[in-house]
Amino acid sequence: MRYSALSVFLNGLKGNKSWQPAWRDPQPKPHYDVIIVGGGGHGLATAYYLAKEFGSTNVAVLEKGYIGSGNVGRNTTIIRSNYLLPGNNPFYELSMKLWEGLEQDFNFNAMVSQRGVLNLFHSDAQRDAYTRRGNAMRLHGVDADLLDRSQVKAMLPFLDYDNSRFPIQGGLIQRRGGTVRHDAVAWGYARGADSRGVDIIQNCEVTGIRRENGRVTGVETSRGFIGCDRLALAAAGNSSRVAAMAEMRLPIESHVLQAFVSEAIKPFIDGVVTFGAGHFYVSQSDKGGLVFGGDIDGYNSYAQRGNLATVEHVVEAGKAMIPALSRLRVLRSWGGIMDMSMDGSPIIDRTHIDNLYLNAGWCYGGFKATPASGFCFAHLIAKGTPQQTASAFRLDRFARGYMLDEKGQGAQPNLH
Amino acid sequence: MASLITCPHCGARPKEEFTVKSAALPRPSADAGEAVWFDHVYLRDNPRGAYEEYWHHTSGCRRWLVVSRNTATHEVADARDASEARP
Repeated sequence: MRYSALSVFLNGLKGNKSWQPAWRDPQPKPHYDVIIVGGGGHGLATAYYLAKEFGSTNVAVLEKGYIGSGNVGRNTTIIRSNYLLPGNNPFYELSMKLWEGLEQDFNFNAMVSQRGVLNLFHSDAQRDAYTRRGNAMRLHGVDADLLDRSQVKAMLPFLDYDNSRFPIQGGLIQRRGGTVRHDAVAWGYARGADSRGVDIIQNCEVTGIRRENGRVTGVETSRGFIGCDRLALAAAGNSSRVAAMAEMRLPIESHVLQAFVSEAIKPFIDGVVTFGAGHFYVSQSDKGGLVFGGDIDGYNSYAQRGNLATVEHVVEAGKAMIPALSRLRVLRSWGGIMDMSMDGSPIIDRTHIDNLYLNAGWCYGGFKATPASGFCFAHLIAKGTPQQTASAFRLDRFARGYMLDEKGQGAQPNLH
Repeated sequence: MASLITCPHCGARPKEEFTVKSAALPRPSADAGEAVWFDHVYLRDNPRGAYEEYWHHTSGCRRWLVVSRNTATHEVADARDASEARP
């Protein structure tokens, strides 16, 4: 069923009794052309674009939990393409363009809201660095504007401009950046893939990768063996564990990142604002809660919960930027597991096994990349060659010395 | 993360006194070759479960420790001085 204002109206007249489930709950078939491990945003987007753009519909997405239970439902919903490096920027801009047309494309209200992403700077050196990044963005055809202190003050009068340690001198804004309702992204892609014939199989955990003569023949799962011609891994957070089933060791560590939401308040912050003197970012949801987050906790973790010391640190950074936050109560906090790669950039590539494909290492930037990641991964699986904008995300770049180190931190995942 | 780490020199201390470095891996010899060094610098087992890491007792005795920790439950099983616990 196609969703429209008319369908909402007509179903309303009938007491909303004739809505159908947005996707089926199929039994796994014995064999698929392509199996995607991981029913998160990236796995579902990959299945959607495989079916829609590359004509491959005999596809299954295997999800160990339920759709939306992992990082796609745990992030802070920010989208942006304000990257510096030539290997990153065109990819994230492709993602931004896909976001801009996504709701019409998959006929689902994902609440894409281009409310602007503002990065504050607090020193001359930081202004120079942000100017450079803004220029790099504009050279790639991405919008960027450098705002001075008075322009930021006109937008956000309640920031602490005269903080004795970190006075705000201005900011770099990408006005096309913003937020998207994350659950709706998972649901929209799931519905769009399902309606084109993709089987979305929930509560189906992959426990082994079966191989014969150096090729993958299928996967062992909690619901039995399922055969496939090609296997695609999109299990960020647990990429190392899935890859270990094919004797691969990845340049990735798993870390926990926390996020927070406050009690709902009246409209306060109309865009996304990030603190330049510490890792803190905040936006306001349509329900009124302030959604914010900071750095990863710093130690390897597979537990989807973090530490109080990090909660304190994040809130301190927030209060240094917006003193009024001290009057606000935090409603909830939660954690998700990040694939922290050795250079802070992702991997979309083939592997040493001919029909095994890897999508991993998204650090804490995976959500904004969802559409482009799915599109480029589907391209790689369907055509065997990388999509042009994702051609730098190679698995062997670490051995070749072609790191994509946006932050310049070196091979220490907990610093990216 | 457990809230306490038992330092072999200082006893049970809040984990905020410590700074995590990374996996406690044996350092290859300087002439071990590119493949071995690539593996050491970039590749990780990244297990869900028991894990050994270097932690620095930054706000205490300032000794480097090898802490045995569980990455799924966050329990700390053991902490030894790094000089006595070369992996």
